[in-house]
Amino acid sequence: MANVCRYGFFTHAVVRGIPDTFGKKAGDSCENGEASVDLAKAQRQFGCLTGALRQKVGLQLIEIPPDPELPESWRIEDVAVIQGDTALITRPFKQQRRSEVEAVRRVMSELNLTVVEMGDEEGVSGGATLEGSDVLFTGREFFVGISSHTNHKGAEVLADTFRDFAVSTVPVCGGTRLKNICSMGGPDTIIFSSSDGAKKTLRMMEQLTDHHYEVLTVPEESAANSIYVRGPSKRDFLLHRPAEECPDSMPAFQKLEDYTLLPTACSEASKLGASLSSLCLLINRKHTYF
Amino acid sequence: MTTEAGSEKAEEVKEKAEESAAQTDQSEKATEETQEVTKAESEVNEKEKEKEKEGKEGKGISRYLPTWLKKQKSQSQTSPTKEAPPAEEPDSKVTQEEEAPAPEVNGHAEEVEEKEEVKSEQVREKEESHSNASADTEPVKEEKVEESAEKSPEETKETTEGEGAEEEKKGQQPEGEAEGGEGGEGQTSIFQSPLRLVRKSKMKLVVCHVTLLDGTDFTCEVEKRAKGQYLFFKMCEHLNLLEKDYFGLTYIDTHEQKCWLDPTKEIKRQIRSNNWQFSFNVKFYPPDPSLLTEDITRYLLCLQLREDVASGRLPCSFVTHALLGSYTLQAEFGDYEPDQPRPLDNIGQLTFAPNQNKEMEEKILELHKSHRGMTPAQADAQFLENAKKLSMYGVDLHHAKDSEGVDIMLGVCANGLLVYKDRLRINRFAWPKILKISYKRNNFYIKIRPGETEQFESTVGFKLQNHRSAKRLWKVCVENHSFFRLNAPEPPNKARFLTLGSKFRYSGRTQAQTRLASSLIDRPAPKFERTSSKRISRSLDGAPMISITEAENGREPHLELHSDSKVKEVDVSPGDAEATSLQSPGPSEADLSQDHDKTQDEVLKHQANISQLKRSFMEAPPPSPPQPNQWEKRLTSSPATTIRIQQQQVVSVPETEAAAADNTVSDTKEPAKTTEVEIEETVVVQEVSRAAKPGLVTVTPIPPAEPTTEQETSKQEVKAEEKVVTVGKEEPKKQESVSSESESEEEAEYHPNVSVSISHTQIPEEKEEEEEQEDDKRGEQEVSAPDALSLPAEVSKPEEEANRVEEDAGAEKKTDAEEKEDERETEESTDDPMITPDEAPNGLTLPEEGETGMSAPAEEEEEPKVNGEASLVEVEQRPQVICCSEPPVVKTEMVTISDTFAAQKTEIATKEVPIVHTETKTITYEAAQLDGNDGEPGVLMTAQTITSESLCTTTTTHITKTLKGGLSETRIEKRIVITGDCDIDHDQALAQAIKEAKEQHPDMSVTRVVVHKETELAEEED
Repeated sequence: MANVCRYGFFTHAVVRGIPDTFGKKAGDSCENGEASVDLAKAQRQFGCLTGALRQKVGLQLIEIPPDPELPESWRIEDVAVIQGDTALITRPFKQQRRSEVEAVRRVMSELNLTVVEMGDEEGVSGGATLEGSDVLFTGREFFVGISSHTNHKGAEVLADTFRDFAVSTVPVCGGTRLKNICSMGGPDTIIFSSSDGAKKTLRMMEQLTDHHYEVLTVPEESAANSIYVRGPSKRDFLLHRPAEECPDSMPAFQKLEDYTLLPTACSEASKLGASLSSLCLLINRKHTYF
Repeated sequence: MTTEAGSEKAEEVKEKAEESAAQTDQSEKATEETQEVTKAESEVNEKEKEKEKEGKEGKGISRYLPTWLKKQKSQSQTSPTKEAPPAEEPDSKVTQEEEAPAPEVNGHAEEVEEKEEVKSEQVREKEESHSNASADTEPVKEEKVEESAEKSPEETKETTEGEGAEEEKKGQQPEGEAEGGEGGEGQTSIFQSPLRLVRKSKMKLVVCHVTLLDGTDFTCEVEKRAKGQYLFFKMCEHLNLLEKDYFGLTYIDTHEQKCWLDPTKEIKRQIRSNNWQFSFNVKFYPPDPSLLTEDITRYLLCLQLREDVASGRLPCSFVTHALLGSYTLQAEFGDYEPDQPRPLDNIGQLTFAPNQNKEMEEKILELHKSHRGMTPAQADAQFLENAKKLSMYGVDLHHAKDSEGVDIMLGVCANGLLVYKDRLRINRFAWPKILKISYKRNNFYIKIRPGETEQFESTVGFKLQNHRSAKRLWKVCVENHSFFRLNAPEPPNKARFLTLGSKFRYSGRTQAQTRLASSLIDRPAPKFERTSSKRISRSLDGAPMISITEAENGREPHLELHSDSKVKEVDVSPGDAEATSLQSPGPSEADLSQDHDKTQDEVLKHQANISQLKRSFMEAPPPSPPQPNQWEKRLTSSPATTIRIQQQQVVSVPETEAAAADNTVSDTKEPAKTTEVEIEETVVVQEVSRAAKPGLVTVTPIPPAEPTTEQETSKQEVKAEEKVVTVGKEEPKKQESVSSESESEEEAEYHPNVSVSISHTQIPEEKEEEEEQEDDKRGEQEVSAPDALSLPAEVSKPEEEANRVEEDAGAEKKTDAEEKEDERETEESTDDPMITPDEAPNGLTLPEEGETGMSAPAEEEEEPKVNGEASLVEVEQRPQVICCSEPPVVKTEMVTISDTFAAQKTEIATKEVPIVHTETKTITYEAAQLDGNDGEPGVLMTAQTITSESLCTTTTTHITKTLKGGLSETRIEKRIVITGDCDIDHDQALAQAIKEAKEQHPDMSVTRVVVHKETELAEEED
């Protein structure tokens, strides 16, 4: 297959800044009862993340300026699924978020990616919703978590877009998202939370796959979402939550040999149900066919 | 490997025929073989007496073992051969034939049932068959075989294959002779005699049209009653294709469905119409095409994939379409030539994708430029490297509905069964997870092995459009499972007395076998032309003809694009003969060679080639073990199946063994050391179809274990832990239960368990055994399927066996005191869901140590379990291999030889127990005295299980240290399992094993050798 290469080779990262409306729901500005977020801290953490990606990992960083009208636009992972030189612009579950895709679409085009749309609201794909945080691409196949935000039709669109790959659907328990409980920790390694719901999802993934993955189990769910990049320097980087946020999972990360571990705080975004990977889109523009 | 073995045998027979046209000579030889067999058997069985007459020759113990194998083989051969003995004693003969493969000829009432079926067939055969009925059934059989071989190699092949019975009935002998020239070569059980059909040259000829992969049409005449195999081999010959096992012929049935032509059945009966139109297609997509030996095979695979891609059957992305297209251009047109009048301008007339557009074509051309310098073969290889990664590569989709009526697709592939809803994969059942595949009417069922956390197996049902599609899906599953998952094709179901179900089984070579065969190909790369196939021909409709000069390396530079006639242009070159000969090792190969027209000389040549092949085959390196999906391993915890092939071509059943371990033999300091050597041989003979002739012979000899080697230990120890968990799982996989198919065509079952020969550690002394829990555990795990066989052994060793039995059967016959142990074991086993031994439906148990003659009753008891199987087994939730409806057919013989030391004295006590298709012989050789530890319970110092796998054999070693009266004794038990269908020199193997054991532990003595031989007979219909 033309598009197959080991997971983790990325050259670019696309992020979108944290708007001042961070933590507020679009439309009503007064609602933010449960989660009190610290905007400044969130922006600092965002800065740390982007700094790590650019300076430590060595990716080219493209930052889309924040849009106060789109309080959740920083969750840029949700609005596109990128594999190889194809970018599928998704249709987020929330109506208010659907305009977030426009800026992202432009960037994708500028990067010369083949942009694929979900299709019309009313067409065959009508009713399809898909968010990138429910999509785990392992380098060999896709897993789509059927969650509160992503449905079967959305997964079908994804399968139709990335035809080279097996696209398997897995259940995601509770209100979480697939990427909240797992993420790639290496070319053949999946980091998984040890929660019961995650275990259920893991079992399903194991059942569905033709491949073999190593599973790195971490006790805290927050630790399950990390960002693995094999940077231009040919080194393995893992951006993960710092010890303050997931103390029990540190030993698991230490097991990754020859990795450069980059603790990256994400406490504010996580209060809103996001995590590290929610904040960026990773792209490989140096794509070679082999 | 059964098939191979059978083929070899057939080959042998043929060779014999060649050697001396005189049947007598051959018959003599045959008799000798039979004699050997008989000897072994005879000891046990009265019937043997007859055999004995022919040749009783005292043979060393070592010989016994091998002899048995040989015998079995020979028997199997014989049996398969067209016995069609005169009508005189049809039943007895039939029975003999059927049973013949099994060493034990003793008339078993139970067997009779099976025989009866056979009988009817045989009777028919009798009419036709050369009636050489001789008093001695077995020898007669052999003779017959030989004769048949002489007369019609084809027939023999067929017979060996077991399919031939029907055909034979049709009066093949004369035909056989005529055809003999054709069929001289391989008699692989895989492809059963295609020739049969052809036999009567005066039959009506029918013109067959076969659409080749490049879109051209091939026409040939076949006899109206020809089997699918015949046509297929014709095709392969035409294509100069050696690695043919990946391919097959399809036809469109009356319901517009594409079906695979069964090579073992008459074409006419399959197509059910007068439309003799077929197409040549890839049937099994090799997961790694780079492992194919010849470029021509890859080329044909490429052609198939190009069509798959262009038609949309193999979906891929834009980029992949472009990339694959560019490799196609490179392969067919060579380097991009900017200066040339651009033939590629016509690219638009080539079909690369279902929805091809200008953009794609430009991309294709752009990528094509980057392939400059790439040879066609390289381009094909690159094409395949990319295509194989596509998620739908090799997936055969079938429409179905799930239990809730939702439309889904079921995809059958190398790894298992995939369930899709739209494009989404929603479930997947890897072969190791599947215990049984069945269909009933339009329902398709798979029984799933319970997961680690589950207690019960579950059955998943799907609804297909109609019963035909259900059956088609079932067949595809059976074939794919057999091809990709098994070492050797599963013997066709035993013909059960009352079962009417489809006995369909995959009859070809498995991937492991074909890889092995391929490794023997050493002909010069055949020349062939790459045509641009349909795509071009299509463009030619209105387009100018294009001739392109290709700069292929060393290949024909000139490519004509007109394709029709080109296909045939394969140059056989000098290598042909060789090539054929190479192929011949497999039965299928033989088939290929079969031509009506061939002269006697040619036939002889063929035979000579065959023998060469055979030799080379024997020398051939073992095939690479199948690569287990690691994830699967983890999931199922079942280890991948390992295939070991003996030098002799015998594939030993993979065994996993858990070793707990610590001490190597060297560690033991104790004075008294006892080494036990167990040899188990399992012979599985398949009888095909109604003809009582077993076509496929699978020999699974389990050589006795020798003292562990330290090396082994070290290796294995590391693995041991993991293995322990996995073992159980693997075993089930390995063993394919021969499930009996029940009922009419409307339903059938298939138990995909891979039967694993299990080596149990034998603990010579019961007391010790008790102590050795670990051993038991292993034993249990290892035991797996073969329980039935082990029965005898079990008797002798109540503990282990009992455990096994309990596990398997659920229990019933625990031996006394050992029950406790058993329980423990069971518990352990339960812990590991996968561990269940079960599934040896065939009833092949690997006997462990039948030290003493087994008590018949005990065996019987066990037998019922084996045979009765299903219910009990199911209850236990262990994978079942057994079909409920089958009558008990397993015969078990135990021979105990007591020897002082050298294993040369023979004392054989045999008991027969009627069991269904499986026959088991166990020979125990004991040194005159055990080191005296026997009776005393010692203290178990350490128990270690070491498993080493050599190419051909699996060795399990248990080291036990016991403290007895202040003396510590180290006892080493080695279990060697030899599995194979070809002729193995068992004597030699045994001798070698003993020798090695002695060498490894010079300070120890061999106190006991137990040889267990298992033969399975299965009859096939369908």
